[in-house]
Amino acid sequence: MKKYSLLLLSLFFSVVTKAQVGIVAAEPEMADQFRANGKIYIVITVIAMIFLAIVVFLALIERKIKHLENQVNEDQSINSKTNS
Amino acid sequence: MKHWYKILSVIIILYTLTWGLLNPVPRLDILNETIRNVYYHVPIWFAMLFMMGVSVVYSILALQKNTAVNDTKAYNAAIVGFFFSLPGLTTGSVWAKYTWGTWWTFQDPKLNGVAVSILIYLAYFILRSSMEDESKRARISAVYNIFAFVMMNVFIMVLPRLTDSLHPGNGGNPAFGKYDLDSNMRLVFYPAVIGWILFSCWLLEIKNRTSFIKIKLNEKI
Repeated sequence: MKKYSLLLLSLFFSVVTKAQVGIVAAEPEMADQFRANGKIYIVITVIAMIFLAIVVFLALIERKIKHLENQVNEDQSINSKTNS
Repeated sequence: MKHWYKILSVIIILYTLTWGLLNPVPRLDILNETIRNVYYHVPIWFAMLFMMGVSVVYSILALQKNTAVNDTKAYNAAIVGFFFSLPGLTTGSVWAKYTWGTWWTFQDPKLNGVAVSILIYLAYFILRSSMEDESKRARISAVYNIFAFVMMNVFIMVLPRLTDSLHPGNGGNPAFGKYDLDSNMRLVFYPAVIGWILFSCWLLEIKNRTSFIKIKLNEKI
């Protein structure tokens, strides 16, 4: 009797787990699989690298602007000295 | 340290780019994972609105004191805002294709409002470039800019709320209610708004400094 009840119990649990799988599938689809194998982090790294590259580019442009500003200001001070 | 806000904006945006893809979001039909677009598409528009607001402030200052500096800053802020509207428009279009099923719909008052607003600002740029006299250009374009900002707010913020719209927060339903944003999403969305606004300030600074160099070079000639 004990044997059979165990068998029945295991059958019952398998049905329960099946039912849970069914519930999960009925939920709105999300990128669970994609996240499960872990490779989403690679995509995030790529996005972050692209963004950082743009930021570095902006910072370099800003440095160039700084040089130009200094040049223009120097020229102006020289011009004003020669004019006066 | 005058670079603090640039560093802050980069840190915040990096946080939203990474945690925005990893954090748990509500499971909703049709939207699915695209709900994460809230972190990227919406803050771009907030930055655009902020830049247009900055532009109007400088326009008012330009009317008050009529200096070339304020006029140039107003124009540059409008340019930066305009260039934020373009990715806003294209990302919205892509999102709409996969959720509403179409690239563009004239049924949605917000889309129409945005299209009209962009045309209004294009008219502002054309108006400015059509005038030679500097002080006259500064005054007329400042007056037009104030008008443009009010019209944009009517078209983007007011009119879509009065009729039915596909956008959340319009047609009677509250924006950022408990159905649009749960507390997990707020943790990314609000920083994203701040981060992109600060980033737009950085772009504005670069734009301003280049125009001032140009003005100084013109003065020498």
